[in-house]
Amino acid sequence: MNWGSASEFFAMGGHALYVWGSYGACALLMVVEPILARKRRSQALTELKREIRANQDSQDETTP
Amino acid sequence: MGETSLFAALGAVIRRDLLLAMRRKSDVLTTLFFFIIVVSLFPLGIGPEMAMLRQIAPGVLWVAALLATMLSLNRLFAADHADGTLEQMALSAVPLGVLVTGKVIAHWLLSGLPLALLAPVLGLQFDLATGSLGVLVVSLLIGTPVLSLIGAVGAALTLGVRGGGVLVSLLVLPLYVPVLIFGAGAVEADLTGLGATAHLSLLAAFLALAAFFGPWATTVALRIALE
Amino acid sequence: MGNNGGFENRFGMNTRLINWFGYASPATFYPLAGKMIPWFWALAALFGIAGLYVGFFVAPTDAQQGEGYRIIFIHVPASWMSMFIYLVMAFWAALGLGFNTRLSGMMATSLAPTGALMAFLSLWTGALWGKPMWGAWWVWDARLTSELILFFLYIGFIALQSAIDDPRRADKAGAVLALVGVVNIPIIYFSVKWWNTLHQGASVSLTRSPSMAQTMLWGMLLMALAFWMYAIAVSLTRVRAIILERERHAGWVEELEEVAT
Repeated sequence: MNWGSASEFFAMGGHALYVWGSYGACALLMVVEPILARKRRSQALTELKREIRANQDSQDETTP
Repeated sequence: MGETSLFAALGAVIRRDLLLAMRRKSDVLTTLFFFIIVVSLFPLGIGPEMAMLRQIAPGVLWVAALLATMLSLNRLFAADHADGTLEQMALSAVPLGVLVTGKVIAHWLLSGLPLALLAPVLGLQFDLATGSLGVLVVSLLIGTPVLSLIGAVGAALTLGVRGGGVLVSLLVLPLYVPVLIFGAGAVEADLTGLGATAHLSLLAAFLALAAFFGPWATTVALRIALE
Repeated sequence: MGNNGGFENRFGMNTRLINWFGYASPATFYPLAGKMIPWFWALAALFGIAGLYVGFFVAPTDAQQGEGYRIIFIHVPASWMSMFIYLVMAFWAALGLGFNTRLSGMMATSLAPTGALMAFLSLWTGALWGKPMWGAWWVWDARLTSELILFFLYIGFIALQSAIDDPRRADKAGAVLALVGVVNIPIIYFSVKWWNTLHQGASVSLTRSPSMAQTMLWGMLLMALAFWMYAIAVSLTRVRAIILERERHAGWVEELEEVAT
């Protein structure tokens, strides 16, 4: 084990800014990107549903 | 189709593009003056110290040549695309690759060649020695055709696309990096007395590669754009 | 393109290939990808936890660089993935261009943002590593410079595709650009390296410290696997979105469970 205590772990031997800056940015982007990708899919789904509903409505009107 | 008629078609395309450019000289001159102005701005931004200017001269001249070539890329296919000539060319019996090669050669004759011939005059502003000026011209003569060949791919890809002018720079400039490194490197190597042969032969190798793949990729890109 | 149509027909004669293409159709791939995504997320988490454990608790402190070197466990995997994803992207793009398969183009499109993200992470972590090691946020090191150009290539690909409205043309134009890029990447790397050695002499190498312990290598490999699985999971998620956007008028889309309800 490399670390005596939690604070030692977070200090990273004086390189805390650099190490946590790297890991933090990495974690942040890897959380944001999947969220954006999922959002894109759900947006496509709502769009689709709206289109289908609009089509059905217009069909209902034309069929006697 | 015989070889002679292919060469005849090639010559006809080059002649046609040169004639068209002669009718609208301002396009060609704008590129040249852009080159001159950009190069002349650097001493104003950096200071007139001769030792410093000599050191940055190869990079400045080459980057300016890169930008000037890139600015002229838009007129490579755009006008012919707009009036439908390009579609006629794609349908003609001559392979499109030959016509594309002709257009690229014409583009180089109108942008790269004048830049290379103008460069030594601008090099004097930067206090380059005669030998280095020679290397600069040779490096531009070998390097600028590569810029035209690669640029043609970008111009074909962005044909008729929203914001094509800026987009083409985004696509093409990263691909220009090797030419810039070895072009400016040749002059620099000569300045430091290392000899520029290695750089120039590598530039020539790039030219061979680009001449082989460039027109082919441009043809594919043009067919996609014309679909 | 007339050429491609002939190409596809010629290959279409072969029944085995027909099946293969059928399997790769968006209609079959969409639900399949949906089933695979959770597994790749699980693998990514598993490898990630193992890699972080090795990286922070097993790998010893570096004699020269102290604790700062632990950035290696994300810097190197991000750089590897950024290059690997470009190759995979170009592969799909070429497949799409050669065989006119719709899905390949969508795969290439969905990989590009993840590749750009990896290239960006590589640059960001490289800068944060450079500061304590070299005393500067940015050093024109051959690797960092090539990575920067790779990042530009990704941006160019994304910009080109988003500027073209017709998805089929966007796929093909992107494919040509990706292939031109693939041919150029080795040349760019070689020239940047040449340029770098001429101007800087021997530079400190980020990745090859002489005393690289075996455990460090393991940490890097595990993290690279985690990044790989992450890239697959997120690009599959994105390709599903792209499929829905482009295939909205296909019959099978309307019969999907999530659309019908």
